[in-house]
Order: sequence, then structure tokens, then C-alpha cells
Amino acid sequence: MPGAIYAEGLVKTFGDVRALDGVDLDVPEGTVLGLLGPNGAGKTTAVRVLTTLLRPDSGKAVVAGIDVLKHPNEVRRSIGLSGQFAAVDEYLTGRENLRMVGRLYQMNARAAKARADELLERFNLSDAADRTAKTYSGGMRRRLDLAAALVVSPPVMFMDEPTTGLDPRNRQQLWSIIQELVAGGTTLLLTTQYLEEADHLAHDICVVDHGRVIARGTSDQLKARTGGERVEVVVHEREQIDPARAVLAAFAKSGESPAAADSPSGAVTVEEHTRKLTVPVTGGAKLLAEVIRELDTRGVEIDDIGLRRPTLDDVFISLTGHSAEDSAAESDDPGNSKSAAKSAKSTKEARK
Amino acid sequence: MTATTEAPQSVAPRPRGGIVQSTTDSLVVARRNLIRMTRIPEVVLFGLIQPIMFVVMFSYVFGGSLQVGGTVSPDVYRNFLMAGIFAQTVTFATAGAGAGIADDMHKGLIDRFRSLPMARGAVLTGRTLADLVQTALTVVVLAIVAVLVGWRIHEGVLKALGAFALLLLLGYAFSWIGALIGLSVRTPEAATSGGLIWLFPVTFISNAFVDTSGMTAWLRHIADWNPFSATVQACRVLFGNPGVSESSAWPMEHPVLASLIWSVVIIAVFRTLAVRKYRSATA
Repeated sequence: MPGAIYAEGLVKTFGDVRALDGVDLDVPEGTVLGLLGPNGAGKTTAVRVLTTLLRPDSGKAVVAGIDVLKHPNEVRRSIGLSGQFAAVDEYLTGRENLRMVGRLYQMNARAAKARADELLERFNLSDAADRTAKTYSGGMRRRLDLAAALVVSPPVMFMDEPTTGLDPRNRQQLWSIIQELVAGGTTLLLTTQYLEEADHLAHDICVVDHGRVIARGTSDQLKARTGGERVEVVVHEREQIDPARAVLAAFAKSGESPAAADSPSGAVTVEEHTRKLTVPVTGGAKLLAEVIRELDTRGVEIDDIGLRRPTLDDVFISLTGHSAEDSAAESDDPGNSKSAAKSAKSTKEARK
Repeated sequence: MTATTEAPQSVAPRPRGGIVQSTTDSLVVARRNLIRMTRIPEVVLFGLIQPIMFVVMFSYVFGGSLQVGGTVSPDVYRNFLMAGIFAQTVTFATAGAGAGIADDMHKGLIDRFRSLPMARGAVLTGRTLADLVQTALTVVVLAIVAVLVGWRIHEGVLKALGAFALLLLLGYAFSWIGALIGLSVRTPEAATSGGLIWLFPVTFISNAFVDTSGMTAWLRHIADWNPFSATVQACRVLFGNPGVSESSAWPMEHPVLASLIWSVVIIAVFRTLAVRKYRSATA
């Protein structure tokens, strides 16, 4: 039986551009699928097709067991859509916005009013309920938009880049709302450019590029494809790079060749100007302790050391040959990034 | 966040479909647009000032030099002019419909609406109905100003009300043209200028501001068959104002019927086109 969201061979072209070039999706009920890809990869087009906003040139789409192309209005009763532009009427108050959406979901006036109050309470918007949405902060607007998508507690939700442009605190807040929703059994398709976000929220991830799904799997499965973990060391002084390299070389993972993009020779990668050394390893935290002891014995003073697992950014690069780019994602780094992940990004910047 | 667990999933109530749902949905959207107007009163205010300016400028600048029914008299011209100004006012209000809908597209609201199980034409009908309310308000204010500058009706209140009904119907018809423009352009700014530009020839190549008997034959022909002229002529007849065209063109001889037919045809054509456009609209 197909999942709560199912698509087969979706194709949509705009002029010469194949925005969707044969996309298959299958999202089991109650799970979250992350559609991950850079701007223009086709994520939004996929969402628009699945939410009845756009007719595909060919292919099949079934949402909540209903054929999207044959019965769009039936599908609309079962879905909630929250977009990246926070589609609320800014001249209406939060309460008026939610009531209007409730009425248009065909609830009667009393039910729409009750539901609006409930959602305002739940999304911490009660105090601002009677102010126009124009006066809301970005985070509040996003919450109102999400509340509007949840007016009927739909079994299937679509969120198109729900946290794009939000500050870390608001992003965290939205993440916890989303997790709460999913815990309640909602099936969710989420698009994002934030690798961190897909990692955090999605059960399964589809990496999309140029209208095609180029990889799919769990976050761990995708990471495994780029070849394991590595140790990163930043030494205190330039002179210590060589002794450190000798130490790290001894810990280098043998056999299997590591991801081409990150450690070309399989040995230690060195960045002179940042005094950073990277080596692929196996053995995890236990090995990290040994590395530290060994460096200490040799008198190498270190500024920073970390065991780094591959990020989805690494996955993306190894799959597509280009980064999930867009500087917004870099500077707007989701709040909980470990220092290792951050330095990984600067590593890449440096290499360019 | 209050960590209340979400209630079990529920789909929206089954749409009732048909005319009841269309009407309810349209009224919900109309209400939304009317609330917006109260939040941006400047727009309503400018909408009121513009026709008043036209009345003042036309009556005092042109009034002394334009001939109506063989006489040059500012007082006669003012009484002649008002039907034209009323008609122009109701049609200019349509630029608002276009800009409003383009703005909704731009802000992603149309996507929100289109993902809801609502009646297909309701977003546009709601918008045009709200504009109709604003137009009616403008017409009332304009009528008061007109009386102040010396405009009078001579055929009784009922006929005058009939004339106002024809005017509002024309305005409603034109707002569907505005809706189509709003759905077809990329930005709200384009909708504002694109919504206005075609109105100038439509309102000026007509009997609204001058006696068409002074026009060259081909131009007069266009003016006589202009839907806008039919309503202006009908209003002059129903108000009992001077300057009723003597032309033998059918719409000029049967202006009330012609005005009705034109408005109904415009609504039928442009509503169909606009709703079709709405269904495939992309921001």
C-alpha cells in the first residue's frame, strides 16, 4: 500500500527548464520526509504539485489515499500547507486570519472561532491575537502561518522551507512544534536547504538536484556513503604541524579509500593557514583519547580537537560535486551546530 | 510553547458545494477585504478624493468653454458632466481589484487560498464584492459633492436609483477585468498602472465629458458603441440631465437595455477568463 504521500514519475517543465524530471516519492504514514536541495532544485515545484497548486505534465500523485490530479478538492480537505513566505494577511489580526482560514476549510463560524483561539494559545500568540499580522516579528508570522496550516489538524502536512530566514531561537521553537506534530501522527513532507534541519527532523531524506532525486535514505545511510568519521586537530603554532601530522598519520584509517572530496591521498589533510589537520579514522571517542595522549606525549600544543562525523553537507558535495551552497545557509547556521560542523564549513570555504 | 498534544487528525468538513458554498466562501473573502480597507483607510480616502477633483476641475476648467446641446454654460455643463464622472469613478475603482489580487499573488496568499477546499471563484468574487462596497461608498460621497456644485435630478428618485444601480453594475463588471489583469501581471505595481492605462481611452472616447456630435464620424461610432457610453447615456436619461446624445446608434437609442447587456456580457466573459486564470495561477 502506498504511503500517505506517494508520487511516481512526476515531470513538470517550465519552458526549457525541467523543474521536475521524474520524481518518485513514498512517505509512510506518520513519518517525515525531508526534501533536501539547493535553490532551484525542484523542491517547491514538487510541493506545489502535491498540494494541488500545480498540474504536472505527467506522473501520478496520491496524498492521503486520494488521487491529487483526479480529486484535488478532496485532497485539499486533508492537507495543510505552510510556505516559505508566511502567507498570512498582514492587515488582518492573527485571530482574523485563523478564523478566515477555518471558514474556508468549511468549518462553521463557531467551530472556526474556537479553533482559532485554541491555536493562538498553542502557538503563544494569544497576546498578539488582536494585533494585525503586520506588527508581528518574523518568527511570530511563521508561527501564525503554521497555525493556519493546522486549522483542521490535517493528517498530511507540507512545509516548504519552514525556517528559512529565521534566527536560531525561532528556528528551534519551530522545530519543536514540528516534532510535536509528528509525534501526534502527522505525516510531513518538509523541504529545506538546511542540512542540519533535515538531519534533525526527517526520518528519511531525499536529496534533490536539477529536478531529480539523486539519493535517498536515512540520515545515517547517506552519511555512511561519504565514508565515516574523522579527527580534526588545530595546533597552536605553525611549527607543530609536522609533528602533529606524523602522529595523526599513524591513526589514519587503513584500507578503504576515503571520500575523494575530503582527503585525496587517504592520509592527513593539512591547511597551513588555519593550522588544521584532518585524518579519516575508525574507532570513535576511544581513539580520540589516544590521539590526544599521543599528541601530548610529543609536546604538540593544540587549540582545538574534535571527532567529526560527516554532515549532510559532505553528503551533498560527494553526491553532486557542488555544495548545497547559498551563503544564507552558511551564515544563518542553525543554532545547535557543533564547533566541528562549523569548522568543516570553513574548511570548504578555504578550499574553494 | 504550550506542550498540549495535538488532537487526532481530522479532515475538513465535506464541502457543501454548489451555490451555498460559493456564496459563503465569497462572503468570507469579501469580509476579509473589507476589514483590510478599514485598516488602510488612505486607499479609500484617495479613492474618494480623485473623483471630487475631477468634478471640480472639469466643471471649472472646461465648463466655461464646452458646448452642450448648443449652449455654453458652466451650469449646464456641470449637470451634463456628472453622469460621466459617476461612470468614470465606478470604472476607475477597478484598478484597485487588479492591484489587490496581484498583491495577494505576490504575498503567497493566493497559494494559501488555492490549497483550501473552497469554491473556485470565491477569492475573486469576494474581492469584486468588497470593491463594489467601496465603489458604492465613493458614489454616495460623490453625489453629495455633485449636489453641492449644482447637479440636480429631474426624473424622480426611483429612476435616479435605477441609474445608480446601472453604475454599480458597470463598476462590478469592470472589476472582473481588473481581476484578470491582476492575475496576469507579475507585480502589484504593474497591476496598478496596467489596470488604469486602458481606462483612459475607454472613458475619453465616449460621451462622458464632451458631446459626441463634435467628433469625426468614425470616432463617434466607437464612442456610440462604447459600453461605457451606454451607461453614461442611460444615467443622463434617468437623471433627466442635459446633453443626451441624439445619435441613432442602437445603444444610444436604448441606453438602459444596452448598459445592462454590456455589463452582463462583460461579467460573463471576464469572470470565466479570470476564474480559469486563477485556477492555474502561479506567483
